[in-house]
Amino acid sequence: MTVLMTAMSIVFCSAMIGAALVAIHARNGQSLPIAILAAGLVSLFASVLFLILAAPDVAMTEAAIGSGLTTFLFFFVLARIRASAQSGTSHSGGEYD
Amino acid sequence: MIKRFIALLFLAGIGTIFASLLFTYEPDTNLNLTARYYAEHTASDIGAANIVTAIIVTYRGLDTLGEVTVLFLASTIVGLVLALGRKSGSAQRVPVPVGELLTTGSLFLVPLIMLLGAYVFVNGHLTPGGGFQGGAILASGILLMLLVDPAKRFSHSLIATLESFSGLSYVALGVLGIFLAGGFLDNRILPTGALGSLVSAGAIPLIYTLIGLKVGAEFSSMLASLSETEEP
Repeated sequence: MTVLMTAMSIVFCSAMIGAALVAIHARNGQSLPIAILAAGLVSLFASVLFLILAAPDVAMTEAAIGSGLTTFLFFFVLARIRASAQSGTSHSGGEYD
Repeated sequence: MIKRFIALLFLAGIGTIFASLLFTYEPDTNLNLTARYYAEHTASDIGAANIVTAIIVTYRGLDTLGEVTVLFLASTIVGLVLALGRKSGSAQRVPVPVGELLTTGSLFLVPLIMLLGAYVFVNGHLTPGGGFQGGAILASGILLMLLVDPAKRFSHSLIATLESFSGLSYVALGVLGIFLAGGFLDNRILPTGALGSLVSAGAIPLIYTLIGLKVGAEFSSMLASLSETEEP
């Protein structure tokens, strides 16, 4: 671990914690997409950190599933919930945040 | 107030544990016993350039079979739960207009994504990555197609056939290992070939291709089931 590597790790760790806080606190109002994107960003930073720690296999899995599939899946479900809330047929009260 | 205080106390405790782990951490100067065995014997025994792959597919092949089974069960249960909420008649939702950028971009990107997925699982024994990663990349290509055209319908029977064929062939290759080589899921039923070439490492490329197809089919069936559910 050189000094550069340590500095990069610290930067990415702080960015990851920042993204996680955004994901937790961006739930009021219409900012649910921002929360989903921030959660995907946490996975992306995690996969970069895995790469720094010399684990490319794990980094690939994290990037493909953590920040790829899950983020899109959340958006998919979000669009479905909004469509059902607009059509008024939702029996969950349309409260999605 | 009390609840918040207890939560903070809990977090502080966890933070203390992790901090003590972090500050007393010293990287090993040399490999431990197991790691040294893998590092020294993989190239000569298995013939795979990627040691991680050799461990996942051959040394610990049974665990991988278990992982694939868990994923299969998860996708089956997702399909089962979502099939209950599906209407028999095709209720026409109002289609949300998809942007021009997404439509045109997907025409360009989907073949490339599929190619990358296939590359990742075929080269699993040489480069980082392998069946699971390649399968997930394939599924993200399918997901892009679904995002462009939510009314698109994939043939469930085709996906199920592909998945069953891959799973059965995987187990059959494992059983062949009992008769032709050293044990269940032994990769030396085929010649190991030259280290680092595409056709090497015995049955590993075959097994990883099957795992990649199976994982891709499982994720795709989950996504297809999700996209077909109508509002009850």
